Amino acid sequence: MPDLKITTDLRTSPHLKQVVTVPQIMRNVVYALLPVCAYSVFAFGLSVLLLLITTTLTCILTEWLYCRLADKPSSLDDWSIVITGLLLALTLPPGFPLWMAAVAAFVAVGLGKALFGGLGYNVMNPALVGRAFVQAAFPVAITTWTPPFLPGRFQELIPTTLTQPFMIPPDINGWIEQQRVDAFSGATPLALQKFEQIITPLPDLVLGSIAGSAGETSALIIILGGLYLAARKMLDWRIPVAVMAGAIIIALPLWLVDAARYPDPLFVLFSGGLMLGAVFMASDMVASPVTPWGVWIYGLFIGMLTVVIRLFGGLTEGVMYAILLGNAISPLISNMTQPRIFGSRDS
Amino acid sequence: MKLSALFSGNTFQHGVHPHDYKGLTRHLPIRRLPFAPELILPLSQHAGKASTPLVKPGEEVVRGQPIAVADGFVSVPLHAPATGRVRSLQLMPSARGPKTMSLILQVYQGSSQKELYDHPHDLRQLSADEIIQAVQEAGMVGLGGAAFPTHVKMKPPAEQPVDTIIANGCECEPYLTCDHRLMLEQPDNLIQGLHLMQRALGVERAIIGIEDNKLDAAQLLQDYVSNDPTIAVKVVKTKYPQGAEKMLIKSVLNREVPPGSLPSAVGVSVFNVGTLTQIGELLPHGRGVIERVVTVSGDGVQHPGNYLVPVGTPVEFLLKQAGVVDAAHEVILGGPMMGMSIAALDVPVTKAMSGMVVLKKPEPDTERGKEQPCIRCGYCVEACPMQLNPSMLGMLATSADYTGMQENYHLNDCFECGSCSYVCPSNIPLVQYFRIAKSINRDRQETAQK
Ligand code: SF4
Ligand code: SF4
Repeated sequence: MPDLKITTDLRTSPHLKQVVTVPQIMRNVVYALLPVCAYSVFAFGLSVLLLLITTTLTCILTEWLYCRLADKPSSLDDWSIVITGLLLALTLPPGFPLWMAAVAAFVAVGLGKALFGGLGYNVMNPALVGRAFVQAAFPVAITTWTPPFLPGRFQELIPTTLTQPFMIPPDINGWIEQQRVDAFSGATPLALQKFEQIITPLPDLVLGSIAGSAGETSALIIILGGLYLAARKMLDWRIPVAVMAGAIIIALPLWLVDAARYPDPLFVLFSGGLMLGAVFMASDMVASPVTPWGVWIYGLFIGMLTVVIRLFGGLTEGVMYAILLGNAISPLISNMTQPRIFGSRDS
Repeated sequence: MKLSALFSGNTFQHGVHPHDYKGLTRHLPIRRLPFAPELILPLSQHAGKASTPLVKPGEEVVRGQPIAVADGFVSVPLHAPATGRVRSLQLMPSARGPKTMSLILQVYQGSSQKELYDHPHDLRQLSADEIIQAVQEAGMVGLGGAAFPTHVKMKPPAEQPVDTIIANGCECEPYLTCDHRLMLEQPDNLIQGLHLMQRALGVERAIIGIEDNKLDAAQLLQDYVSNDPTIAVKVVKTKYPQGAEKMLIKSVLNREVPPGSLPSAVGVSVFNVGTLTQIGELLPHGRGVIERVVTVSGDGVQHPGNYLVPVGTPVEFLLKQAGVVDAAHEVILGGPMMGMSIAALDVPVTKAMSGMVVLKKPEPDTERGKEQPCIRCGYCVEACPMQLNPSMLGMLATSADYTGMQENYHLNDCFECGSCSYVCPSNIPLVQYFRIAKSINRDRQETAQK
């Protein structure tokens, strides 16, 4: 009998591998984000489209530059950078000057990600790092809101969008006056509630006919995207649920005690960036804990802190800082909530 | 009892669901293969001391005849798998790596190979200790890499009384179907073996645990034991690693074996259905283990099947019989989750080997993509049946903190099931890291003791 000519291939067990890879996960997050982006463009017009393109391209470029400088193999193909770009744009006001958006994107990738050593090593969500930077650097521009569904939104850009680099964007109140069809104030629901005790009706919040950041529009589309990812196990459903639960835990008692001063829990959930933050940002795998208990604690912490900042802090929106803080303490949470080893009584 | 009543709904936490590929062989009856011209019989196919040869080169042996005796309690004898002549006693390659002392047996091609050596027992007369001794004399070893002598497991520590025997019919490794076939084809031997085990351990209650992808076997055995109040059949969820002792005990009895302890700590002894079937088959005749059922499967095999293979058959011979063609392959001894791929085909089939999986060049399913940094997705944490934190362990391994892995993150409770590596989207070879870390820790401990 002739000898078999088999070249053997040595590998270590397990010899089977589930075919879910990092790029696949990230790509699916992008898919889930696209409807949010599309609706935002629909609501706010061309300015948001440019904003999305600007941040995404700047992020890609910065990442590419970083890989070149650090002499690392290109990490563009893992798609995570696209998520950062899109998310960043969605947290900015629709008429945010493009040059500032580019700065935000550069900081997001450079400071929020590359500095730590790239994907997997970053401590915080890069998009939020970028956003926090411009919040501090450009306090006026970052709080200049435009109403959605302006009639001319597909023909004309919001005047601030094309501000020349290093220039102060023009005042747009006059422009909004001229554009608007109804008595729209241009203030966000959160500001209205905080300073004028005006509660925006829930359907407007759910469907997104409100002023706010580009991605704060439709809670419905965000939730659908989240459900898609959760069904594919590419999003830890416990995190958004915990964030929302945390928000309700603080908001509900206050509202029960003094409904005139404090917003109702549904308003809290559906206004501002809470939904976007809960579904797409707090759940960022890299910056959230891995332990089962840690995930709940982390989510609750973010939800509670968001509402506390909103109601008692000087800012109208607190979700960004809440998530950044949650990211910062997530290694600590992971450490303190090590799973109970099978068969042991204590952890 | 209706089959649906067998479902307990009980299972262990976490685990993974790899595609099982059992459809390739589950319907194929066990078939005997021809004898290889030469058999390689390592004196040590088990954990513990190697056996001492009874025969010299040149001597003729009869099929079934003892050719090596156990050296002490943690050791087992060896029997001639075929009638033939001992060619030599020499160092031969083994699947585990180092060369081991082996008897080479030239098989008489003209011989009818009817089993001649017999030493019948009157089963009813045997005491518990005599059963255990008979199991040792049969040369039985458990499955898996460790291949622990079966009779040693039959003597649990006196301070840990056993109240339940679990027959492990999970066969949770993908591709493998030999236990499934044994349950279908030899239920009488299995039940016989289980009864002997109950007597040897002095235990009333026995439970046969079977995954719900083998309902035909569960139904058959259920009918078989319907008049026997001491034996129950329990169907458990199909999930990897359901067949790991600790997981199965949890699923069947809802008891958790504490870290670092044996199943007897919670009053349980677990035996594989293959082992029990062998006991039921061999003990009445006082015969030894000279052959075993091996599932040969995988996309590199033209004739996958469940083959009755003489111990000592060279892997190469077996592969040729199963129709493996010349090409680049990965040859895995055991199942694909915990088995070991081998570099050379001149190693023999041993008593503890349950399967051989031959895979063509990596399919997408087995492809190891490039390794990326951990993205802390937590998939591995959700997969680990021991509820460890493989993500953290992996990070510590990269920073070479092996002591920290052991002291703070329970490295030693990892039984290398591979679930974490299986799910990791970053393709981090976590299990491999853990094996290395464990062996470094062992080395360090040994040097510290010197
Ligand atoms: S599965 Fe891999 S990437 Fe995910 S947390 Fe575990 S080690 Fe990290
Ligand atoms: S190989 Fe170890 S760490 Fe990984 S899942 Fe299995 S028991 Fe857990």
